[in-house]
Amino acid sequence: MSWPALYTQLVGANRHSTSLGKIWLSVLFIFRVMVLVVAAESVWGDEQSDFTCNTLQPGCENVCYDQFFPVSHIRLWCLQLVFVSTPTLLVAMYVAYRNHRDKRRLLQEEELETLKKRRLPIAGALWWTYACSLVFRLLFEGGFMYALYVVYDGFQMPRLVQCDQWPCPNLVDCFISRPTEKTIFTVFMATASSICMVLNMAELAYLVAKAVTSGWRGWNQ
Amino acid sequence: MNWSALEALISGVNKYSTVFGRVWLSMVFVFRVMVFVVAAQRVWGDENKDFVCNTAQPGCINVCYDSIFPISHIRLWALQLIFVTCPSLMVVGHVKYREKKDMQYGASHKGAHLYANPGKKRGGLWWTYLVSLVFKAGFDAGFLYLLYHIYDGYDMPRLSKCSLAPCPNTVDCYISRPTEKKIFTLFMVVSSALCILMCICEMIYLISKRIQKLIKRKTEAERRLFAESHEMTPLAAPRSEFRSKTSLRVDPTASVQNLSNIKEEDGPPPKK
Repeated sequence: MSWPALYTQLVGANRHSTSLGKIWLSVLFIFRVMVLVVAAESVWGDEQSDFTCNTLQPGCENVCYDQFFPVSHIRLWCLQLVFVSTPTLLVAMYVAYRNHRDKRRLLQEEELETLKKRRLPIAGALWWTYACSLVFRLLFEGGFMYALYVVYDGFQMPRLVQCDQWPCPNLVDCFISRPTEKTIFTVFMATASSICMVLNMAELAYLVAKAVTSGWRGWNQ
Repeated sequence: MNWSALEALISGVNKYSTVFGRVWLSMVFVFRVMVFVVAAQRVWGDENKDFVCNTAQPGCINVCYDSIFPISHIRLWALQLIFVTCPSLMVVGHVKYREKKDMQYGASHKGAHLYANPGKKRGGLWWTYLVSLVFKAGFDAGFLYLLYHIYDGYDMPRLSKCSLAPCPNTVDCYISRPTEKKIFTLFMVVSSALCILMCICEMIYLISKRIQKLIKRKTEAERRLFAESHEMTPLAAPRSEFRSKTSLRVDPTASVQNLSNIKEEDGPPPKK
């Protein structure tokens, strides 16, 4: 189970999304997952081996590294992408449940395959499920971005950190490997994450507007 | 054999599962296998290389590492995920066995079917499914306890003291990335606990559905037994719900000619 498997799962649920949802999925996989896998992981690959401290004291580097990197950026982004993709699976589960129920109740002569190929209109319970999934997506994105900001005091990677944890003697200078490249990628991922959040908010607004206008039209009729 | 092959094998079980089973399966593959493969394995990737001890004694680092990490978290989780997903194969096996029996029966009895639907959880298949749930929850709980027992809790200390031979006296050893490891350990423990909870919910759901069905069948049987043992004998014609009052009852033999012969009634009849 890895990114391609997750992609297949999400693409299946994509059929029932709005156009904004489809754009969101492309942004997610091209600008975030692919960049993470192809580029970011090689930048962070040597983060611990090339973390150097100006001391001979054994153990000091490990302890300082642990203090300044409680969770690596890469792991935070992996978790963020996994959590952000999960609400779509909720929609996929609901669609599967609807197909199963309709097959049992109404269309007993139709095959499940033709049921699977149809596209359900986003109304009623599917609207609520979809809207909830959008809200959860926004919450997860916002939550992880905030966590990254709080843990690393911003999106910039410093060149030098000073560490006075035991067993380091007095104050020790430690140097992070590739700080500029890491800053560039952090800013890039944060931007892509914000674009995804904007897309999700626009999609939510579109859904609400559609529901309100169709409800208003139905009211007037 | 890798995770995607296992996933393909297990996804076949989805058809015969309940709602809880499907949610459990998604949880296992998205939150546990996927996080394990893309994130957790990298965190533990350099655990031996970056395990540092404050000593120049050759061999000391190896010995200390071995005593602190008898089995790596990553290997334990890989084993746990394999053991936890395998009981579902029992269900798939049983359904395939039923289908084979059905086919053989059909071949010998000219197209008749032994099972209306081999995938429906009735009879033996219900028990197989329940037993697979028990095994799933059992394995998960067992591995959680094992992890707790080996590492004295789910904590990952920054520093451990080691005094095994050939290390001189007591040596300070430092684990690499202890905080990140603790975070991922807690994540995997919490998702295991949620999976155990789902298994328990599914067991309760299955058993209560079965009890409901049994009660319904019992009451149906009782009703039928009652109807069969109490045969309807020909009784008097059912009384009308509008009971006629004796004061208003009309004597069919009365006529204008013999009005004087009819005795007068003594007031309204007493109320019952």
